[in-house]
Amino acid sequence: MSMKWKTNNLLFIHITRVTAFLILALSIYLFFAGHNNPGGGFIGGLMLATSILLLYLTFDRRKINKMLPMNYANWIGAGILISLLTGLIGTIVGKPYLTQFFDYFTLPFFGEFELTTAVLFDFGIYLGVGGSALIIILAIAEDT
Amino acid sequence: MSLTLFAVLLPFVAAIFIPLLYKWLRSVHTGWFVFVIPLVLFGYFLTFIPDVMNGNYYYHSISWVPTLGMDFSVFIDGWGLLFALLITGIGFLVVLYSIYYLDKKREALHNFYVYLLLFMGAMLGVVLSDNILVLYVFWEITSLSSMLLISYWYKREASIEGAQKSTLITVFGGFTMLGGIALLSIITGTLSIQEMIAQADTAVNHPYFLAAMILILVGAFTKSAQFPFHIWLPDAMEAPTPVSAYLHSATMVKAGIYLVARFTPFFGGTAEWFWILSSFGLITLLYGSLSAVRQKDLKSILAFSTISQLGMIMSLLGIGSAALYFDVPNEIYTGAVLAAVFHLFNHATFKGSLFMAAGIVDHETGTRDIRKLGGLMTIMPATFTISVIGAASMAGLPPFNGFLSKEKFFMALTDVTEYSIFSIESAAIWFPIVGWIASIFTFLYCAIFVFRTFGGKFKPDNFSKHVHEAPIGMLISPIILVTIVVIVGIFPNIISPVLLEPAIASIMQGVPQDHPAFNVDIYHWHGWELELFMTIAVVVLGSLLYATMRKWENFSIYQRERDPVNGLYDYGLKGLVSSSKGVTKLQMTGRLKDYLSFISVFLILLVMYTMFKFDAFGLNLAGMSEITVYEAILVLFFIVSVLAIPFIQQRVAAVAVLGFVGFYIALFFVIFRAPDVAMTQLLVETVVVILFMLAFYHLPGLRKEKDKPTFAFPRVMISVAVGITVTAVALGANAYQQGHDLIPISNYQVENSADLAGGYNVVNVVLVDYRGLDTVLELLVLGIAALAVVTLVKLRMKEGEDL
Repeated sequence: MSMKWKTNNLLFIHITRVTAFLILALSIYLFFAGHNNPGGGFIGGLMLATSILLLYLTFDRRKINKMLPMNYANWIGAGILISLLTGLIGTIVGKPYLTQFFDYFTLPFFGEFELTTAVLFDFGIYLGVGGSALIIILAIAEDT
Repeated sequence: MSLTLFAVLLPFVAAIFIPLLYKWLRSVHTGWFVFVIPLVLFGYFLTFIPDVMNGNYYYHSISWVPTLGMDFSVFIDGWGLLFALLITGIGFLVVLYSIYYLDKKREALHNFYVYLLLFMGAMLGVVLSDNILVLYVFWEITSLSSMLLISYWYKREASIEGAQKSTLITVFGGFTMLGGIALLSIITGTLSIQEMIAQADTAVNHPYFLAAMILILVGAFTKSAQFPFHIWLPDAMEAPTPVSAYLHSATMVKAGIYLVARFTPFFGGTAEWFWILSSFGLITLLYGSLSAVRQKDLKSILAFSTISQLGMIMSLLGIGSAALYFDVPNEIYTGAVLAAVFHLFNHATFKGSLFMAAGIVDHETGTRDIRKLGGLMTIMPATFTISVIGAASMAGLPPFNGFLSKEKFFMALTDVTEYSIFSIESAAIWFPIVGWIASIFTFLYCAIFVFRTFGGKFKPDNFSKHVHEAPIGMLISPIILVTIVVIVGIFPNIISPVLLEPAIASIMQGVPQDHPAFNVDIYHWHGWELELFMTIAVVVLGSLLYATMRKWENFSIYQRERDPVNGLYDYGLKGLVSSSKGVTKLQMTGRLKDYLSFISVFLILLVMYTMFKFDAFGLNLAGMSEITVYEAILVLFFIVSVLAIPFIQQRVAAVAVLGFVGFYIALFFVIFRAPDVAMTQLLVETVVVILFMLAFYHLPGLRKEKDKPTFAFPRVMISVAVGITVTAVALGANAYQQGHDLIPISNYQVENSADLAGGYNVVNVVLVDYRGLDTVLELLVLGIAALAVVTLVKLRMKEGEDL
């Protein structure tokens, strides 16, 4: 991020400190909500990117890099791999590629609970979309 | 999954672990881990021999892509097994050799062995797959891994060029072959090769039969380096020598031979098959041997000799295919197939050992140029012995195995004169003459190979390093190969019932097998027959030519090494590059609005053409809901903001208004109860706003277009036309649905999403379950696009600079 973006707006900084993590939490909620309510990997991934981008807008790049020492390009590869490999689960038992499995479990206290391989698949989408949006925007931002 | 299917995939699985082993166990040469794999597979395939000897075959299949009829099926008969044994057998010898050839400290061994295993698995897949589409996939992987191996020393210009040439030619051939495969599946209605062969009798009369044959043959000829596609093979010699010994002489280049023989029961017995194969084969044989004589580089000599020998095998398969013309088998015709199979085996052994010997010379002296080499006989006695035996076998001298197959070759050629089919009478005499002349030159280049390297005087000044014999590890593999050369040469019948007879039986399918012609009995002494005199004449004339070499080696034709066919390739490549640049310049203007115009115009033309052709226009307002006031107001604002954008002069304002449009669309989604899509739209808008904020600093001021208004007019037309087209499609589709009582697919998806996929949000279920493959591939596209954006941003090309 160029130096021009190093702002000293106190209000902005303080609001971001809270909201960025609220958005992040929302992104995780949306991701899990996806199967039965509005949400899902794509929306969640975009929101994940938004929350991290907000941090980049507010603080300077070095600080964020120290806080989140990761290469977002790796997220894309990891995401695609997770989605592709989840599809293989079905082939082990002789079902076609990308067959999803799910079942309902009843847990004490939490009540009925659904476990599905679709969530894993969606997690790949979540990472891939988030990583793609991040590296595109950061590359443009970095370019001076 | 059965063990056999796993055997084909084992090299691929192993390839995954090689980089890790290389990283963690640097002290051990990575080759030792790789060595185990072909060795185990070789042992495994040996266990099939008793069954296959008795005329049985092995078939196992699992469903892969059932909707395309693509099954992963393994079919092992005599012909496939011979190849599987060659691939794994030569494979472990080559790996053993490479352990000593490639230095573990300096070379990128993980790359090398990953590519090599990739090739091994792909090649096994080619020779053991019954499904022709699967075979095609493996076929292309062999081209790919060959390219990677040729360009292994990728910092050398010549390696990259050789890799490019081989890829362009073999992938061109592979793609042509795919067309042939498509035609074959249309003709027979199946993708299984064996099922195709079962329909051979009726397929001959199909109008696509000849086209399919030619397309398949282009694939086989490019892969097996037949004239004029052979030019990639000499350039492929830039690969490390173990690769040349393995891919470019023993296995991959024989994939074309494999395919031709595999399809002989299908195409064989027709005049076209006979003529194309035998004529191209003989031309290649002659051309290769003549060119080999001119080479000054040891590996180039061997490359052209491989081309020549491949042509010889190809022509033999062509001649042998005539056997299928008759109902009763006859030794005359099956004899040619026997010669082909036998020579294929022999070639793998003697050429493998010769390549390894050439590699040793290169490794220990630092050069492969025969003008510098000489006098190595006493310095490298073991290598010399290996070379002499290999070259003598290649030249067709007794008592080595090459003599036996060459005799069979001569016999097949002279027998052609007795054919009375395919209107062959006048041309028949050329078969033995061409074969015989080529053999003289074969003898000559074998002599050059051996005596120019090992004979003569040793000149220490020519070498930059101290010349000495190779370490024993490097010698083991070629010694094993020449031992086979000698043993098979003396006792040829030990392999004939085991390997040759089953292989011939599978090539000659459809010919009754209980005939004595299928009992292979090879022996040295045939009596004073014509073949023996031909061999004697070859030796005499060949020696004479070598003895007089001093006289003719200054001829300009001898001095030129470069194959003239390369000129054609260079010309074609240049033309391809310049014409594609021209096409690109035509459309890539670098202006976004031009690209949008192109896309829009094509959309309009395509859709409108279809609409008019099928008369799909329609308007049916029945069943439409009322337009509420709220919706009407929303549309009004929407239209106003869209129309306002072109007139805004300030960038910030333009972006803001564009944002309005996006949010209006999101509102529409909300009204029509699509919360997921609305949310996505809102998020995309948000991210775009962030992107714009970041990019503002780099954008120039929005200036008024300097184009004249007449220029803008077509664009207005295009945008209006797009609007009309989309509206017409929407109304037409609605009217069609009303008129035909169609039920939308979404009904099914909504009703079953909870039961089948365990989710109540049908949009999400469509994404992750119903259309999961689409989603995953879209993610792939998104990832590629993201990396492309990053690359373009970081690349920072200057004005006028091009990739």
